[in-house]
Amino acid sequence: MAARKTTAKPAKPNVSAEELKTYYRDMLLIRRFEEKAGQLYGMGLIGGFCHLYIGQEAVVVGLEAAAEDGDKRITSYRDHGHMLACGMDPDGVMAELTGRAGGYSKGKGGSMHMFSKEKHFYGGHGIVAAQVPLGAGLAFADKYRENGRVTFTYFGDGAANQGQVYETFNMAALWQLPVVFVIENNQYAMGTAQRRSTSTPDLYTRGAAFGIPGEVVDGMDVLAVKAAGEKAVAACRAGKGPYILEIKTYRYRGHSMSDPAKYRTREEVQKMREERDPIDHVRDLLLQGKHATEDDLKSIDKEIKAIVGKAADFARESPEPDLGELWTDIYAEAAE
Amino acid sequence: MATEILMPALSPTMEEGTLAKWLVKEGDTVASGDILAEIETDKATMEFEAVDEGVLGRILVPEGSAAVAVNTPIALLVEEGEAVQDAEITAPAQAPVPADKTLTSESAPAAAITHPSPAAEVDTTPDWPEGTVLKKQTVREALRDAMAEEMRGNGDVFLMGEEVGEYQGAYKISQGLLDEFGAKRVIDTPITEHGFAGIGVGAAFGGLTPIVEFMTFNFAMQAIDQIINSAAKTLYMSGGQMGCPITFRGPNGAAARVGAQHSQDYAAWYAHIPGLKVAMPYSASDAKGLLKSAIRDPNPVIFLENEILYGRSFDVPDMADFTVPFGKARIWRSGTDVTIVSFGIGMTYALEAAEKLAEDGISAEVIDLRSLRPMDTATVIASVKKTNRCVTVEEGWPVGAIGNHISAVLMQEAFDWLDAPVINLTGKDVPMPYAANLEKHALVTTAEVIEAVRTVSYR
Repeated sequence: MAARKTTAKPAKPNVSAEELKTYYRDMLLIRRFEEKAGQLYGMGLIGGFCHLYIGQEAVVVGLEAAAEDGDKRITSYRDHGHMLACGMDPDGVMAELTGRAGGYSKGKGGSMHMFSKEKHFYGGHGIVAAQVPLGAGLAFADKYRENGRVTFTYFGDGAANQGQVYETFNMAALWQLPVVFVIENNQYAMGTAQRRSTSTPDLYTRGAAFGIPGEVVDGMDVLAVKAAGEKAVAACRAGKGPYILEIKTYRYRGHSMSDPAKYRTREEVQKMREERDPIDHVRDLLLQGKHATEDDLKSIDKEIKAIVGKAADFARESPEPDLGELWTDIYAEAAE
Repeated sequence: MATEILMPALSPTMEEGTLAKWLVKEGDTVASGDILAEIETDKATMEFEAVDEGVLGRILVPEGSAAVAVNTPIALLVEEGEAVQDAEITAPAQAPVPADKTLTSESAPAAAITHPSPAAEVDTTPDWPEGTVLKKQTVREALRDAMAEEMRGNGDVFLMGEEVGEYQGAYKISQGLLDEFGAKRVIDTPITEHGFAGIGVGAAFGGLTPIVEFMTFNFAMQAIDQIINSAAKTLYMSGGQMGCPITFRGPNGAAARVGAQHSQDYAAWYAHIPGLKVAMPYSASDAKGLLKSAIRDPNPVIFLENEILYGRSFDVPDMADFTVPFGKARIWRSGTDVTIVSFGIGMTYALEAAEKLAEDGISAEVIDLRSLRPMDTATVIASVKKTNRCVTVEEGWPVGAIGNHISAVLMQEAFDWLDAPVINLTGKDVPMPYAANLEKHALVTTAEVIEAVRTVSYR
């Protein structure tokens, strides 16, 4: 199958009011969590690098809606949204951001390096595109075990220019690995607009040379993302090998907390926020379809605010790791 | 009750900044995401966004103020219709201290700086019980047997690399494995080291036990990010959740006349990395016993072989399950006058030199480190306390060499026992030349070992 651009608007999948509310809730959790993380960073409670996911929420929420139990996911350093969307505990994620013992990595990983075997979340990787062969390796293990699982391997438009992506495309196609390559195209590789870094604009065609089908998806529409994800996952589970989804999205904040974002205009960001916001989109669907009232949504807002507030409190109150932790987890002990 | 808006930290290193411009004024209603002010950091001018919603009750720090410390209250946010009470204004001096400033390197207790490992005892148990039947085997056969035995014992072990399957191995180490285990477990890869090393690491994260063969370790430089950043560091970065049981193996160091890009010893490179284990066997029994340990180890192991040694034969114990532990050196030859420490092919020169020195009445103790991380320094220290002299022998370059590390350990642990400065013999500090005569001079030689021993012995 060749790469193709979906010209017609994808048919809206049958979606229940409950599902819509879940997507609204899950996206709002990521948004509010990230805003709080930005605030804690500003207060000096979070250090180092902190890459926020605000604006891109529909990508992970849509794809998680297409995932089944046991499917795996792996991503880059812009990873808070992925962790929340796959059900990791906001307390543990926030406490890792503040470098505390209650964090997912006991405070030793930080914003970019968290993992959860339980939720099949394999990181959190700080080297651009390193997660791409790693994700194919997870899929390799699943194929070896013939367990029918699929791995979502997320990377950005910047990573899409790294050589190891194409080494991986080749082997994933050659060995028919059950991996969905999710290119989160937020249009800027740090400060470099895609047109300035990329010879051909259509990243979904990047697998064509290897025979990997690809599709472009509106990443501000959670239902479109979910529908594309279901199609890609079905192909993987049917043993047809890898699939590429180029999901067009937009990050509202800078690349990291210290990015002044002078490479784009305030108007451009404002326009996306006002016209294409993925959360407003679902909010409108809920209200216009009379699936929810303003009061219903307010109560969701309140619930999310409480969860995020609790996570922030936990992340401040959790103690710093014991100094002995400096010397642990360097080597695993043999099982015997 | 008013909410304080604090001067934000907007970069990893920012401690204070200039409040360049307010973009809102007192009385304005602000929503989450609205830009409140422009703040100059040490690197750039940043826009500062509101997190909470409300009415800007009072501006506490006027625009143009320089050197405003992070966490100083700069404004108060109130709810609609609420007034600011003067009592709510905190003096900037009482700004909360950010948590990450409370622990400085000065205040960190010294106890945390030292690794809490106890002084290691010298382990002198033999590698195999007395009376074990021995058979002659080449290093090549020993490596193949180690992989085959481990693959028979554990269905999650698989081998991947260039030419490992149908070609039967570029150096014939995997000969016969495809026939026995099939293409699912003996996997020919494209020539794409960075990619397949990453896939191997991912498969290990996913619970399998990969053996990744590099046709030579020279090519592993293409993959070194995955080896170090992904394989070695993930256990630590995950707080112990995610191990990476993988073995990277292949020939390392100079072969013969293959030039600068194919003749490098990476022992010191990988031995530098916490999270990796590094083995570099000399003999066939160590090749077999250490490779089996490597495959069983729950950590990433770098297994450095040598093309010239592949064809050499050694005694290998004929045992059902023979392994050699990491971190245990082997004393090949006992002696009283000088300690020669080496590993890998360096052992060839060390043993030859010891033989010749014995003819001249100099008794050399020859230690094969076998594994470089963990390293059995206890055996070296004990030996030097007996002989009072030490020469190290390796093929790699002199700066940051394994021998440098041993010298440093001896300085700290056996200074009073040394009767001469330790000499580190290494390859010469040049890229490997092609010409036969130059190449011979670039490598460490038996004659140099003899000369160094005479120098430290003053005879």
